Parts: sequence; C-alpha cells; structure tokens
Amino acid sequence: MTRTSVATPVPGDTPPPSALQIFVAFTKIGLTSFGGGLSGWMMREFVHSRRWLSEAEFLSGLALAQAFPGVNVVNLAIWVGFRLRGGVGAAAGAMGLVVPAMVLALAVVGAFAALARSDSVHLALAGVAAAAVGLSLQTGLRAARRAAHSVPALVVMVITFAAIFLLRLPLLWVVGAMAPLSVGMAYLRLRASEAS
Amino acid sequence: MRAWLDVILVFAPLSFLTVGGGQSIIADVHRQSVEVYGWVTNAQFMDLYALSRILPGPGALLVTLVGWQAAGMMGALLASAAIFIPSSVLVYGLAHLWTRFKGTRCIRAIEAGLVPVAAGMVLAASCTVLRVAEGGIWAWGVAAVSTLALMFTRLNPFVMLGLGAAVFLVVLG
Repeated sequence: MTRTSVATPVPGDTPPPSALQIFVAFTKIGLTSFGGGLSGWMMREFVHSRRWLSEAEFLSGLALAQAFPGVNVVNLAIWVGFRLRGGVGAAAGAMGLVVPAMVLALAVVGAFAALARSDSVHLALAGVAAAAVGLSLQTGLRAARRAAHSVPALVVMVITFAAIFLLRLPLLWVVGAMAPLSVGMAYLRLRASEAS
Repeated sequence: MRAWLDVILVFAPLSFLTVGGGQSIIADVHRQSVEVYGWVTNAQFMDLYALSRILPGPGALLVTLVGWQAAGMMGALLASAAIFIPSSVLVYGLAHLWTRFKGTRCIRAIEAGLVPVAAGMVLAASCTVLRVAEGGIWAWGVAAVSTLALMFTRLNPFVMLGLGAAVFLVVLG
C-alpha cells in the first residue's frame, strides 16, 4: 500500500487525504512537538503511521525545506501538503502547523502578563532561556563543523558572526553581502573540482 | 497604525533570512525590538524567548509574541503574517524549479554556500541571547552544559529546559 507518487495516485488506491485531514494532522504535530524536533515527529506521523508519503519522498522534501529560506518545518508542511493535495493542501498544512500553536502561545502570554510580577516565574524563564541557548548553539556548532572543511567557508562564517554579533549590523546587509559571495565561491570550487 | 507598519517592515524582510528552526534571525529580532524600536526591554525579550522555547510549535513564534508586545493582538497577527507568509510563497514557487534542477551545479553551490552563512548567523544568535541573559556566569554555565548534553547524549531537549529553570530557581532564587 505504499505510494511512490501521490501526485498521480494509483487507480484503486486510497484517495489522498482531504484538506481538513491534512490540517488536523499538522495541528496535532504543531501542538504536541515540545522542545523542537518537529521534522522527526512529522516523519513518524506521515510516513510511518499514516503512510501518506514514502520515506524517500519525505526526505527529499526535508532537504528542500532546509535549503530554502523560511522556517524549516513550515516549508516542510508546505511541501508535504503540496504533494498530497496541491495548493490547497500546502495552505492546509502550513496553517495547521502554525495557527493553533500561535493561538495557544498568545493565550499563554496573555495569562503570563498577570504572573510577570512574580520573581520566581521570571527567574525560571531566565533558566529556560539559558538552557535553550544550548539548542541553538548545538545547531550552530554542527553547521560550523560542516563549514570548517574549507578555509573560504570558515572565513565566511567568522565574518558573518562578527558582523552580526560584534558590529551589530542589520542582518539583511550581512546576509545580502555574504550569501552571494559564499555561493559564488562554492560554485567556483565545485567547477574546479569537477574539471580536474 | 504606525506601530503596525513598523511590525511589518521589521519582520517581512526577516522572513527571507530565516534558516533552520528560526534561530538565525534572533539576533536581529533582538536588535530591532529592543534597541531600534524599544517594543520590549531586555528582560521582557528574554521572557518571550524562553516562552517561545517552552511552547509547542515553531520557535519562530517568538516573532508573534514580540508583535503582541509591540502593538497588541493586531501586532501579533501582522508579525506572524510578515514572518511566515513571504518565505512560504517563495518556497511554494521555488518547489517546482528546485525539483527540475535538482543536482545541478548551481543548486549544489547554493546548498553548500549557505551552510557557513547559516552557521555564522546561528552562532551570533546564541551569543546575542547570552549577552543579554540574566544570571551572569550561571547563564553561560547552563548554556554550556546544555549544549554538551544535546550534542553527546540523546536527552530530550525539553528536559534540558526544565533543568535550566530548576538550576536558576535553586541557585539564584
């Protein structure tokens, strides 16, 4: 019953899920994914448990979602939704992931405003924030390890870091300058290595 | 009205600069919301950052919370639309092109070239949060332990966040 391409369903196969089913499935992901790792949850849900997509299809979508600008998991929701039910599916997936979680976040912050005067709540949140830096630092270090294979990439990384953190330049300027430079150098490097 | 426009002008460009889980833009969200526009204080920013980490859903919901502080419910809605919609439309359009040119040198150069830029952005985001974090040396210590634990063990990140809160309550409370 595994389907290789959902865009062209096999006759007699189960019909693709409705937009509502897609929305509900992503809502479940959006509201139960504590502490990150949403893409792992998505793979379990859509590939292993609901069998809406093959693993290969899901993984190529994941690579795509990471390469594109935008929040990874939202990109991935657009990709999965699109494969399942075109444009409507993409919208249902992205909104299912974001909107219910957003409503919950606002409700909590609204309630939190009343608690904000409590020092211990504030202190606990400061501790959460410090530990949460570990999540982002881990991602940064993994990316840095991948970048450290070549000197030009290392230089790009250090300049990007210094421009944002030390010089506090606007992100748009920094990325606008560094991304084309870095992609251009990667292109020349690929061309040189393939020519030899 | 002015604040609504500011919220859109700040976050819509950042939509295209988000990579990964949304950590890459945190340094700039902090710079604009605290230093440029004064929507939140450093302490409020840290509260919202922590909340966005505990709550389920994409971490980029931090932007929703900052929008709420800047201009109430309308600010929250506009900030969310500004951060999620532009990149989503772009991805939807690019998805077709990408599958067609997959594996070509140009695409591989883009994928490889963006890695070091993303690394620099995410590292700067981490350091920015630590620079404004409360708790001084304890914040750096908790962050360091949490980083090591996440890199070398299979501990659930959510457990780590709880431990961070516990350490702060015990040591600094």
